[in-house]
Amino acid sequence: MTDPDKTPDKSTDGSAREYLSFLVGGQDYCVDIMQVREIRGGAKATTLPHSPSYMIGVINLRGTVLPIMDLAGRLELGAETDTERNVIIVVATGERVVGLMVDAVSDILAISEGDLQPPPDLPADQQRSFVSALTIMENRMIRVLDLGAVVPHSDEEAA
Amino acid sequence: MSDPMAEIRASFFIECEELLEALQDGLQTMYDGEGDGETVNIVFRAVHSIKGGAGAFGLDGLVSFAHRFETALDEVRGGRLDADANVLKLFFTCNDILGDLVRESRDGVEHDQSRIDPVLAELDALLGGTPAEADEPDEPIEFEVTSLDFDLDLGAAETDETEDAGDPVWAVKFQPSAMLYANGNEPLFLFRALRDLGALTVTCLDNDLPPLADLDCEHAHIGWDMRLATSEDRAAIAEAFDFVEGLCTLDIDQIGGDLAIPDLPDLSDLSDGSDDAPLDAAAGTEVVTRAEPEPAPAAEVAPAPTPPPVSPKLEDAVAPAKDKPSVASAAPPSTPRATVRVDLDRIDRLVNLVGEIVINQAMLSQSVEAAGIPPNSPVRTGLEEFQQLTRDIQESVMMIRAQPVKSLFQRMSRIVREASADIGKDVRLRTEGENTEVDKTVIERLADPLTHMIRNAVDHGLEQNAVRESAGKQREGTVYLTALHRSGRVVIEVADDGAGINRPKVLKKAIEKELVPADSQLTDGEIDNLLFLPGFSTADEISNLSGRGVGMDVVRSSIQALGGRISIQSEPGKGTTFSISLPLTLAVLDGMVVRVAGETLVVPLNAIFETLAVTQDDLRAFGPSTHVINIRDSFVPLIDLGAELGYRRPLDDYSGGVVLLIGQEDGLSAAVVVDAIEDQRQVVIKGLQESYGRVPGIAAATILGDGQIALILDPIDLIAQASGLTKVSAPAPAQIAKPKDVVNGARS
Repeated sequence: MTDPDKTPDKSTDGSAREYLSFLVGGQDYCVDIMQVREIRGGAKATTLPHSPSYMIGVINLRGTVLPIMDLAGRLELGAETDTERNVIIVVATGERVVGLMVDAVSDILAISEGDLQPPPDLPADQQRSFVSALTIMENRMIRVLDLGAVVPHSDEEAA
Repeated sequence: MSDPMAEIRASFFIECEELLEALQDGLQTMYDGEGDGETVNIVFRAVHSIKGGAGAFGLDGLVSFAHRFETALDEVRGGRLDADANVLKLFFTCNDILGDLVRESRDGVEHDQSRIDPVLAELDALLGGTPAEADEPDEPIEFEVTSLDFDLDLGAAETDETEDAGDPVWAVKFQPSAMLYANGNEPLFLFRALRDLGALTVTCLDNDLPPLADLDCEHAHIGWDMRLATSEDRAAIAEAFDFVEGLCTLDIDQIGGDLAIPDLPDLSDLSDGSDDAPLDAAAGTEVVTRAEPEPAPAAEVAPAPTPPPVSPKLEDAVAPAKDKPSVASAAPPSTPRATVRVDLDRIDRLVNLVGEIVINQAMLSQSVEAAGIPPNSPVRTGLEEFQQLTRDIQESVMMIRAQPVKSLFQRMSRIVREASADIGKDVRLRTEGENTEVDKTVIERLADPLTHMIRNAVDHGLEQNAVRESAGKQREGTVYLTALHRSGRVVIEVADDGAGINRPKVLKKAIEKELVPADSQLTDGEIDNLLFLPGFSTADEISNLSGRGVGMDVVRSSIQALGGRISIQSEPGKGTTFSISLPLTLAVLDGMVVRVAGETLVVPLNAIFETLAVTQDDLRAFGPSTHVINIRDSFVPLIDLGAELGYRRPLDDYSGGVVLLIGQEDGLSAAVVVDAIEDQRQVVIKGLQESYGRVPGIAAATILGDGQIALILDPIDLIAQASGLTKVSAPAPAQIAKPKDVVNGARS
C-alpha cells in the first residue's frame, strides 16, 4: 500500500519508526512493530467465564496461555468478527502479552515522528483514549493504537 | 555480574544469610536452655565471620556493630558473662540489627544509626560500663587469623584421638614455606587428609612467630607438629603432602607403636628418583625439596565428602541430616551436605520443560488410544511405564524447588519479638517442623499473610500479662508455629494459648458493621469465620500492630491465591488455632477432567469427596429457583457448573448428569453438577492471573492432550460465589446469558 520509493526515504529520517497496520471493523489501525511478537491464524479459544464481551478467550500459544481479545469489540466498532477466519496479532505491552483479533493485516509502514498528529479531543467518543496518534497515508487515516489503554491491567484483582 | 568483585560480594551476602541463620539458631538453642559451650562458639563464629567478610568489603558500619556484638559474645564464651534471658533478648535484638545491617549493606542503603545506638549502649552497659575497645586498626589482623576456621576442625580432630593401640604412631613435622600459601594451598585440607588415615593430634608451632610489629604477613611463620596413629605406611602419609612437595619442609618419623623399620623403598618412589631429594640420614627423616612446585588445587587433597544419597524423596534424605541438633547447620565444613547453588531461572526452565513433557506424554497417550491399539499391547505398557517415569521426574524436579520453611519461621520469630515488645506482652514463639519442605514460591508468598497472622496472635490472640496471671495461666504467652505434611499437602498452623475468640463480641461487631443481619443465629464455626469478612477488626483500639485496614480477608485471599485453604478452631480460654493447608507445589495438580455445556474443565481432585450419578429421585426443589440433592439423607445444595460459569441456562432436567461432591475443612459443601467425567489425570498448572487476571471460580488453566486449554476450577471460590440457580423458571439474571453478552465488572 505504501509507495515503495517512499519507504527508504522515510527511514533515512532518524525519527522514523515502523508500524504494523491492520484492518479492524473496516478501519485502519497500526501498532509499533516493536510491540508485535507474532502474527498467527485464528484458533479455537477456550471461553473465560465472567469475562467482558470483547474477551474471546484463551488459546495455547506453544505452552503458554494467551488471552485473545476481539479488537473490534474492544474499540466498540460494533462489527462482528468471525473468529475462524481472522488473524491474531500477538502484542506485548509491559509485562503482558495478548492476542488481538483483527480482520486482516495490511502493511508495514515507516512513519516519522513529525507525521504523527495528536488525536482530536472528542468527548463523545470513548475511542479517543485508545488512539495515541493519527497519521495520513495515501489519503487514509491511520490510527496508532494505544496498547496500554486497550489491554486492561490485571492489577485490579482482589487485593 | 561480570565484575568478579561484584560476584564475590554477592556470594558474601549469600553466606551472610546462612551465617545469620546459624546465629539465630544458636541463640534460640541458648534461649531454650539447650545450649552448651559449642553453641556459644557457633554464635560467636557466625558473628565473627560476618565481621571478617564485611571488613574485607569495607562495610564499616557492619564491621563496627558486629565487633561490639562479638565482644559481648566473647564475654559469654569466656564465661565472664552469664547469658540469662535478658542478655539473650538483647542478643536477639542485636541479631535482628545485624541482619538489617547486612541487608542494608547489600542494597547500599544508609544504616539507621538511631536504631543501632541504643542497642550499643545496652551492650556497653552489659559489659560493665567498660566501653568495648573498638580499635579499628587491629581489626583486619584479628579477622585474618581466626577466620581460617580450623580451630573448629582441630577441635573435631582432637576428639578423634581415641588411639588404636595397635597402630604405629608417626610424628609429622610440617613447616610450610610462604610459597605454599602463594600457590593457594591450605594446610587444613592436609590435616583433614591425614585425619582420614587415623587418629591425629596437631600442635601448632608458633615459636617463629615474631612480635606483631615485625610480622610480615607474606611470610609463613607457623608450623605444625602432628602425631598420627595409623596402620598406613609412610608412603601413605607422604602422599597427603604430594601437592605441596617442595613448598614445605616435612619430617615423617615413626615414634611408637609397632616399631617397623621405615619403608625405605617407598622413599625413592616418592621422590621419583628424578630430582635432588636429599635424605637427612642423621634424623632418619626425609626432607623434600623438590624444585618444581606443583600448583595443584589443594581441594583435591581433601577427602571428598560422601554426598548424601540423592533420592526423589529428598525429604527423607535431608531430614535426618538436619534433625541433628542445630549445631549441624553451622558445623565445620568437614561434614557438609553436598549442595549446589543453581540459578533459579535454570530450575524454572527445567520445571517448565518437565511440564511440557507431561503435556506431550498426555498427547501421545491420546493418539495411541485414538489409533485403537489394544490395552495390553507393548506400546500401551511402554507408555504406562513412560507415564510413571514422567511422574517420578516431575516429583524430583519439584523437590528441587522445595525449601525448608525454616527461613520463613525465623522471620516470624523476629516478628514475635518486635510485636511483643511493642505492646508489652511476654511472648514466646515455639516452632515445630522447620524442615518441612515447600515450594520456594509458596514460601515467598506466605511471608506476608503469616506475618499478619502472627501479629494478630500476639496482639489479639494473647491476653495482657496481668489478665493471663489472673486467669491462672503462665504470665508468658506462647505462640506456636507448626508445619507438617499431611496427605500430599502442607499444613501450617499458627496457634496461641490466649483467650480464644470472643464470639459474642465478634457477632456484635459484625452486626454493628452490618456484615450480618441483626437477628442472625450463627453457629460457633460461622461466627469464627466472620473474621474473614472484609473490613472486620475486633481490636477496640486500632493498635500499631494490626488493624491497619488489612484484615484476615486479605490473609485468606492470599492463601487462596496459593491454592490453599485457611480455617479456624478456637476454644474460649484456651486459645485459637489457624490452620493453613497448601499444595506442595504450584506447578502440577491431580485433577478430574469434566465436560459441561461443551466446555472442558479440570476440577482439583483433592476438593472432590465423591462423585455420583444424578437421578431425578434424589433431587428436591428447595426454593423457587434452587435444588438440593439428597445424599444419604443429608441435603446438599445443587450447583450447576455450566450455569454458574455462564456457559448455559439452568437445565430442566439434571438426571443423567454427574454430581461432584465438593467439600472443605470447615464443612462447607455443595453438589456440583456436570455433564460427564472424561478423565482423571495430572495436569500442569498454567497461571491465568499473570496473563489475563483473576477469574472468579477459576484457579488457573492447563493444556490438555489435544493442545486445547482447559480451565482449572477453584471449587471453594465457585461455591462461595455460586447463585445456586438450577431452575429455568427463575428470572434470568445477567449471569446466565451467553458468555459473549456478559458485561460485568467481574474483575473488580
